[in-house]
Amino acid sequence: MFKLTVDGVAHEIDVDPDMPLLWVLRDRLDRTGTKYGCGIAQCGACTVHVDGQPVRSCQTRIGDVGEGRVTTIEGVSGRVAEAVQAAWRKLDVVQCGYCQSGQIMSAIGLLSGNAKPSDSDIDGAMDGNICRCGTYQRIRAAIHEAAHSLA
Amino acid sequence: MLKIRQPDPRATRRAFLGGTAAATGAIVIGLRLDLKNPARAAAGPDLSGGRAQPNAFVRIASDDTITVIIKHLDMGQGNTTGLATILADELDADWSRVRTEFAPADAALYANLLMGPVQGTGGSTAIANSWMQLRKAGAAAREMLVVAAAFQWKVPPSEVTVEDGVVRHAASNRQARFGELAASAATLPVPEAPRLKDPSQWRLIGKAAPRLDSVAKTNGSAVYSLDIRRPGQVTAVVAHPPRFGGIVKSFDAAATRKVAGVLDVVAVPTGVAVIARDTWAAMKGREALTVVWDESAAETHSSDAILAEYRERAKRPGLVASERGDPEAAIKGAAKVLQAEFAFPYLAHAAMEPLNATIERASDGSYDVYAGCQLQTVEQAVIAAVLGVTTDKVRLHTQWAGGSFGRRATPSADYLAEAATVLKAYGAKAPVHLVWTREDDMAGGYYRPTVLHTIRAGIDAKGAITGWQHRMVGKSIMIGSPFEAMLVKNGVDSTTVEGASDTPYALPAYRFEVHNGREGVPVLWWRSVGHTHTAHAMEVFIDEIARAADVDPVAYRLSLLAGAPRLSGVLKLAAEKAKWGQAPAAKGHGLGVAVHESFGSYVAMVAAVTVTDAKVKVDRIVAAVDVGIAVNPDVIRAQVEGAVGFALSSVLRNRITLKDGVVQETNFDAYEPTRMSEMPVVQVHIMPSTAAPTGIGEPGVPVLAPAIANAIFSATGQRLRSLPLELSGLKGV
Repeated sequence: MFKLTVDGVAHEIDVDPDMPLLWVLRDRLDRTGTKYGCGIAQCGACTVHVDGQPVRSCQTRIGDVGEGRVTTIEGVSGRVAEAVQAAWRKLDVVQCGYCQSGQIMSAIGLLSGNAKPSDSDIDGAMDGNICRCGTYQRIRAAIHEAAHSLA
Repeated sequence: MLKIRQPDPRATRRAFLGGTAAATGAIVIGLRLDLKNPARAAAGPDLSGGRAQPNAFVRIASDDTITVIIKHLDMGQGNTTGLATILADELDADWSRVRTEFAPADAALYANLLMGPVQGTGGSTAIANSWMQLRKAGAAAREMLVVAAAFQWKVPPSEVTVEDGVVRHAASNRQARFGELAASAATLPVPEAPRLKDPSQWRLIGKAAPRLDSVAKTNGSAVYSLDIRRPGQVTAVVAHPPRFGGIVKSFDAAATRKVAGVLDVVAVPTGVAVIARDTWAAMKGREALTVVWDESAAETHSSDAILAEYRERAKRPGLVASERGDPEAAIKGAAKVLQAEFAFPYLAHAAMEPLNATIERASDGSYDVYAGCQLQTVEQAVIAAVLGVTTDKVRLHTQWAGGSFGRRATPSADYLAEAATVLKAYGAKAPVHLVWTREDDMAGGYYRPTVLHTIRAGIDAKGAITGWQHRMVGKSIMIGSPFEAMLVKNGVDSTTVEGASDTPYALPAYRFEVHNGREGVPVLWWRSVGHTHTAHAMEVFIDEIARAADVDPVAYRLSLLAGAPRLSGVLKLAAEKAKWGQAPAAKGHGLGVAVHESFGSYVAMVAAVTVTDAKVKVDRIVAAVDVGIAVNPDVIRAQVEGAVGFALSSVLRNRITLKDGVVQETNFDAYEPTRMSEMPVVQVHIMPSTAAPTGIGEPGVPVLAPAIANAIFSATGQRLRSLPLELSGLKGV
């Protein structure tokens, strides 16, 4: 039995400790905003925050989350998150949108620790998030836009 | 039922369909249009029980919400926004009140008007086929609101105006919201020939209305097929044969059944299905499974061997797709002869959301299917056949799709058929969610075919092309599919040769021959279909010829495009915006150009690259596009930006290879899409036009590879032809 806090709500879940956080969120808690893309931490679609830090939930065993507080796209909040989501909407970043939960969680993680990221900072923080629709140009612009609005 | 007095009898012309006030309070304004297709004409509205079939493109609710019914799949192209824009503009709707809903499967009402009797999305046709249909639907609804208001206010309809969801009569200072008029408007007959706006009156078309899916896709609330959660649903994964054409000989599920959460293991025609309470348990269960495969009929060739066979076949004449003049004679008499070979690998679509579908049996023996449905008419028929019911017993609920690039539209409805077989084998005891893992998705076939082009051309002393002999080998997508009769003539699949056999270049003597590949690898359209390879072969080779003729590549192309003004137009625009020919390139830098028409849209790109130490960085892409009227310019720009991001990795590295028939690349580590740090700056310029709109989901793709290859030649003098580009062979600059 694992105790897990997701988006501020405490859950008790009886699962195999090897079960990745991704599948706990999606299949046990029906938090489907976090996406499955590759299962091997290559695409970043499953990115959530554990204690505010972006992690790939497909490679995070539920047994390793411990007391960590999990935040998903459905529950992320605060000034940075609002700025990022507003920028994504202002620039109409999304296409299919499937990867964007992970993109946004990574971008919030970046801006939370770096108020004014350079292009190369963005490359470094976002290279692990694949967007097959190729929305990278707008993701980059939206991160700059969010940084500007937060300044 | 609401009882409403019959409005102005002058408006009561022969009704196509009157709407009704439904129990929900929502008003359906129905519409039937363009009944040329007999299948569509036969399926009239069913008004039995006083309830209209939802054969409509728009609903106006009493709270002013306008719901536009989208008959296409939106896999990211933004067609929901574009389609809603068309209707909302003619309706004079308040954009902030516009919502969308995916249409059910109903070919009688929602056929793609460019696909005959089939409801489906492909060929960049969503906007093109819907343009007049949705303008009329919006205009008809507007006219009905106007007549309803005029009747209520006892004023002539000609004095009533509409703006942003409000109907007004200025002289009497009266106004009403759409929602207030919807109920009475719905009782009116639908005008047969509503007056359409003059383009000068458009308020949304051409003005970049914000995307309607941006909010739901940035807060996790958008529901994709993989997010469907039906009460009591179980998850299935299927162990597939390692080689195409393999079948199950025997299997041992003892270990699988011991995995916690596994509910059942069943044989299906495509493999062995593990059914479990969740995805993780299903995947763990599959790992524990032992299957012996019968591979007596399986494809065991390696992709190298397939290509080698193609090379042999390319030496012999093939089926003639098009010809004019005598190219062999012309080449014999030429001052200079050029020849080249272009090889293309299999490519996986690799959409971010792997293929999946949920299917359940209703208590009356009918079925509900939840998926990113892209070819609804075919999918419905295939699922019905698997389940042994008539098509009306299969309801498709189309969901947002996490990409597709063509993969969700298979003429065999492969993954949906598999979902139906699993449900059937499980006795339909619960809703079944079939999930393909990334590995299943990537190794599952239906690739962009591997293709070989060989070209020989002659030029005269002035550099003019005298003859062009072109041979292509590749597996047809359409032969053996329900579309064969429509798209294959004399053995030539038009979707395989499109973009080359019909080249717009004025070539005096030309022959295009094709050999159809015979390997047992399932192939499919991949974002821009035949143009993915034909444009590259044509645009790189024409560049080589221009260089051999010592003529600027833009000028050379223009000299051959006198009869193609829209192609010339985008080429000139892209060249101008990219400052083509205005400054000599620095060492290691180069510009390259390509121009191509696909799906009725015209795109030119100029690529700027930097080559250092056998590494290529694509710095910038300047694109010019002519898609006729630009319904939503920002969505058009986004599609071209995205086409660059999507296709770049196929230029630089992506390939699916078979080793003894086994797919080698099964995840993003071995088949790596473009990443952020590789994305060039993309500038998109839209040619002003008054022509009817065409699509832009695909046409940005074909020109990227040749523009980059041509830029690399400019930078290095080295000609790379095959894809992905063999960068390891580049000499450092």
